[in-house]
Amino acid sequence: MDIDYVANLARIELSDEEKSTYQKQLGDVLKYFDKLQELDVENVEPTAHAFPRHNVWDKDEARAGLSVEEALKNAPQSRQDQVVVPKVIEE
Amino acid sequence: MSSNSLIFKSATELSQDLQAGTVSSVEITQAMIDRINAVDEQVHAFLHMDVQDALDQAKASDERRAKGECVSPLDGVPVGMKDVIAVKDQPLTAASKILENYRSPYDATVVRKLKEAGAVVAGRLNLDEFAMGSSTENSAYGPTRNPWNLDCVPGGSSGGSSAAVAAREVPLSLGSDTGGSIRQPASLCGVVGMKPTYGMVSRYGLAAFASSLDQIGPFSTTVEDAALLLEIISGHDSLDSTSYPTEVPSYSAELKNSCEPKVLGLPKEFFGPGMDDEVRASIEQVIEYYRSIGYQTKEVSLPTTDLSIPVYYVIATAEASSNLARYDGIRYTSRSERAENAIDVYAKSRGEGFGSEVKRRCILGAYALSSGYYDAYYLRAQKARTLIRQDFEKAFAEVDAILTPTSPTPAFKFGEKSDDPISMYLSDVYTISTNLAGLPGISVPCGFSGSGLPIGVQLIGKAFEESSLLQIAHAYDRAHLHGRQAPNL
Repeated sequence: MDIDYVANLARIELSDEEKSTYQKQLGDVLKYFDKLQELDVENVEPTAHAFPRHNVWDKDEARAGLSVEEALKNAPQSRQDQVVVPKVIEE
Repeated sequence: MSSNSLIFKSATELSQDLQAGTVSSVEITQAMIDRINAVDEQVHAFLHMDVQDALDQAKASDERRAKGECVSPLDGVPVGMKDVIAVKDQPLTAASKILENYRSPYDATVVRKLKEAGAVVAGRLNLDEFAMGSSTENSAYGPTRNPWNLDCVPGGSSGGSSAAVAAREVPLSLGSDTGGSIRQPASLCGVVGMKPTYGMVSRYGLAAFASSLDQIGPFSTTVEDAALLLEIISGHDSLDSTSYPTEVPSYSAELKNSCEPKVLGLPKEFFGPGMDDEVRASIEQVIEYYRSIGYQTKEVSLPTTDLSIPVYYVIATAEASSNLARYDGIRYTSRSERAENAIDVYAKSRGEGFGSEVKRRCILGAYALSSGYYDAYYLRAQKARTLIRQDFEKAFAEVDAILTPTSPTPAFKFGEKSDDPISMYLSDVYTISTNLAGLPGISVPCGFSGSGLPIGVQLIGKAFEESSLLQIAHAYDRAHLHGRQAPNL
């Protein structure tokens, strides 16, 4: 496993120590997963949910949601009823 | 009535006492608070306890009762919450640093139902961070200890919920079960724990780990109490599109009906090597008891059993890596002070905020879903999941329930498995396939090891047939009541 590549996909910063521990541990876990590769799954449909339901509709009616203050109460930084984030668009 | 006698009562007994007027909800709740103050320093089941809020709810219950407006058998009875179930204005940390300062802006559906039933919703119970673990050692706020032996783990991930009930700090609690996280800690702490059929209980307001596997369920000291709590929290909810539109019978009323002896399946793959001798002996006694009351037993085969752990860890980590993307340092989690740009906000906040098992699983899940590996891992695991489900369907054509141990061993010591993920994952070997198949499962205390650690038996039922499963479990439990034995604390 390319640990730097996958950690970036997962958007998790790892220390060098964590990288080497995970590299070893996840290598063992993936080896343990090899059992799956030996399995014959041809013509088997995948299961996403044990009891799948389709086209679940709800009544089209307005309900009260969270107020702006409630929705922003847990935000680490907010201003003028909005969440503040570092600039993402380059000038 | 002395508080000491109150804490040792079952929820059913407390309910009867409240109805008889011999005790008030304030007295029960105060007894619970006193017990927490006396023993939780040792056990550490609670991450937070809002004493005033609990007493206010109890007072409101007593006022309702005085006016003859009692709303349910659980009106005035305290119920503790695993710290992943949202209670409006209370903390929800998921035992993670990343949610250290979070307060829930709304009630989970199970909490709304309990409040409507008049229960005293009190206490935030410890867990493995984001419900990932089997020992509660992965909590960012320190582990919970097993009330039967403080050197041992309580199991996990709902270790706070099981230990709090075992230590008689609260008569009932809720946990969540993704691969055994209710049943395994119930077994290790000597209490009853039940995972309902997938879709039976709304997941709205439960911090998601693996959405296709997670279910909320009850902890209690008796099967009778579990039925009482389950019938309140079950039922369809339009806020959870996977919740199933099915009738919820009165489980507690149906327990009182006589139940014909049933046929129990014993999966031969579960009774092979790897099971502790004392666990095996204890389970054999349970089987003997069922035979003595007229039940038949039958060997069944679940040939895909050895696939369940790899299938589970692929599916659960893939779903977790996607679900936990919401903890991004932007909307409602702590943000790294070192973050200078947008990517930093994500990566540094998550790197600082998540503990090591959560990082390990998010990375494994991201790998299983990544380009080039999706077919080999995630899709293949979903196909294997179909085979596991079909194994159970075949077995249930011949039997009414399946009987197994809940855990291969009694509670283990702290640190014993924490450096070896695979050995920790194997402690869920008997519980995991139930989640993959979506079936209901219950762990019932069935005795103790030579060193005094509890052992649990697992019964797995047919989908949406909780009533039958509870009847079968009750047939054993009411004659033994091992869960009513309390540890010395």
